[in-house]
Amino acid sequence: MSEALTTDGTLTGDEVAAIESAILRHRDERGALLPLLHAVQHAIGYIPDAAVPMIADALNITRADVHGVITFYHDYRRAPAGRHVVKLCRSEACQARGGAAIEAAAAERLGVAMGETRADGRVTLEPVYCLGLCATGPNAMVDGRPVSRLDAVALDRIAAQVAA
Amino acid sequence: MTRAFVSADMASVALGADAVAAALAARGCEVVRTGSRGLFAIEPLVEIEADGERIGYGPVGPDDVAAILDGTHANRLGDVAALPFFAKQQRFTFARCGVIDPLSLADYEAHGGWAGLRAARAMSPQAVVTAVKDSGLRGRGGAGFPTGIKWQTVLDAAGDEKFIVCNADEGDSGTFADRMLMEGDPYCLIEGMAIAGHAVGADHGYIYIRSEYPFAIDVVERAIERSAGIVAPFTLEVRVGAGAYVCGEETALLDSIEGKRGQVRAKPPLPAHAGLFGKPTVINNVLSLAAVPFILSEGAEAYAAVGFGRSRGTMPIQIAGNVRNGGLYEVGFGITLGELVNEIGGGTATGRPVRAVQVGGPLGAYFPPSMFDMPFDYETFAAANGLIGHAGITIFDDTVDMAHMARFAMEFCAIESCGKCTPCRIGSVRGVETLDKLIAARNGRPHEPLKVVPGLAKALYSRAPGREQTGVGAQSDLLRDLCDTMKYSSLCALGGFTPYPVLSALEHFPEDFGGEPQPLADAAE
Repeated sequence: MSEALTTDGTLTGDEVAAIESAILRHRDERGALLPLLHAVQHAIGYIPDAAVPMIADALNITRADVHGVITFYHDYRRAPAGRHVVKLCRSEACQARGGAAIEAAAAERLGVAMGETRADGRVTLEPVYCLGLCATGPNAMVDGRPVSRLDAVALDRIAAQVAA
Repeated sequence: MTRAFVSADMASVALGADAVAAALAARGCEVVRTGSRGLFAIEPLVEIEADGERIGYGPVGPDDVAAILDGTHANRLGDVAALPFFAKQQRFTFARCGVIDPLSLADYEAHGGWAGLRAARAMSPQAVVTAVKDSGLRGRGGAGFPTGIKWQTVLDAAGDEKFIVCNADEGDSGTFADRMLMEGDPYCLIEGMAIAGHAVGADHGYIYIRSEYPFAIDVVERAIERSAGIVAPFTLEVRVGAGAYVCGEETALLDSIEGKRGQVRAKPPLPAHAGLFGKPTVINNVLSLAAVPFILSEGAEAYAAVGFGRSRGTMPIQIAGNVRNGGLYEVGFGITLGELVNEIGGGTATGRPVRAVQVGGPLGAYFPPSMFDMPFDYETFAAANGLIGHAGITIFDDTVDMAHMARFAMEFCAIESCGKCTPCRIGSVRGVETLDKLIAARNGRPHEPLKVVPGLAKALYSRAPGREQTGVGAQSDLLRDLCDTMKYSSLCALGGFTPYPVLSALEHFPEDFGGEPQPLADAAE
């Protein structure tokens, strides 16, 4: 996927097919835009700008409507994430269990600042505001897998996973 | 073959339950994946069935399996339901959670499932609404509005089409009851929604689940598929959120389902009159809807028989943060905050003294231990300038910096504001700046005075002399003033309630803001 990323914003054939398939699947649903965007992001990893006019056209809404929704919601990406995504909870319940120190340690251990993707594209570190695991923090979601009671050992494991 | 029960709840999996389940399966056990019982100090928990009883072991890891199977493991708990944490609960809504296989229709039926729906369908819609009114059930999402009255409004509303919407956008830190219920007993929610559909004349329902809950999305989607024949002609679908906290606000949630930015709508019109796609809509929290099957099967009186004052029934309280025995504790209203924190929660996990608890999520107030005698009840907490919200209690030990927590409340509001109203969108940003100045002043590092051209300074400050002052006192006054504006002029609870954590921190922990500690007499008031 990432090698298919074109700098001039044009889509590869596979990407066009993925977007068209998502449109076909969702265009007749009521309130189709969010499920459709989820489907595009699931298939491609992000929502390319070039997908916006295709989606707007299919749903008979303006490009501004589509752009507005993509930029409103934290989940939607307009650029690819790193190969691994580490979401670290910054909410109160995790803070009460030493979340701030873990956040600092994770940024150092993974070599990337919070909210950014490492230069080599291996890992993205993102904040998340609550995973609902509030009695066993600090918590993270590593490539979709929940991890509780984060400590130095757990961070080492995550760093190894990212490096592999 | 030995039957072993292991939770597949997201929290249990985060603590390593999958590896334990795999180790048991490798030893030839029949492993049943359940929801979580709700006490995370004993997770991962294994229950081994023997002679019709279940013997618990926890916390355990995959290496403990041999000792579990020969019954010699040191963490043997016996009957889990008899542990003090569970024995005193009143599990009306969470009776099945952690006990049954969440997706087994046979298990659900055998544990009293669908009795409420059968009872409801034998009644007229008005009789169902009346039963919900008589139960005293109030919205469990936080606002505490009587559920029956909401249903009555939708029943009375004229419309060719009506909807039932379940708000499962449980974004408050310190809360996880919706998640546990959806993962551990999804048919209970589905049954509650089908009853609501019968009561108000709605044929279709949406369950809006936040994207941070992938396990719940998966379980609920499968449960909808399996139970479709039972709830028919009522139909259901899941809509997945996209990481916006404000979509937990009901009108923002409706806009989100409609495929728009999750911006708050002005009320009126109420969703009950013109909600989803402009149609009359019941929008309730997961816990409100999941309480309904009990009310219909056991009777409104049985539900209303427990509780405190105008808060009837039970509340699944979530004890979270820096706590030894964190988890889900369902009990009638009226239990005190102190009992929850100290007796049931067992104090902090770090073993240090409790300094503050935040009740009701990021928009809830911080309370000091001197206020722990407050009974858990909507009105009591409102009178103490707080709220019970979705009943999450986040515990902090004495290392917490309350000025930092106040700043975080403003920062969170700034990140999550939908942007529609000015007090929230701009007030939260100004709140962060004001708290930065206040914290700098407290730390003895005076914030650089604003560098503005002389004429502009006069224009900026002529109506509010002294506001260029960056001292602790002046900034505190400014913060109170800002909170006042946000509280009374924001469109929804995000901007309107962010002042609760900020002002309560300032009020009860003034020493963290460079002020004098609160006198003990005041504190005990």
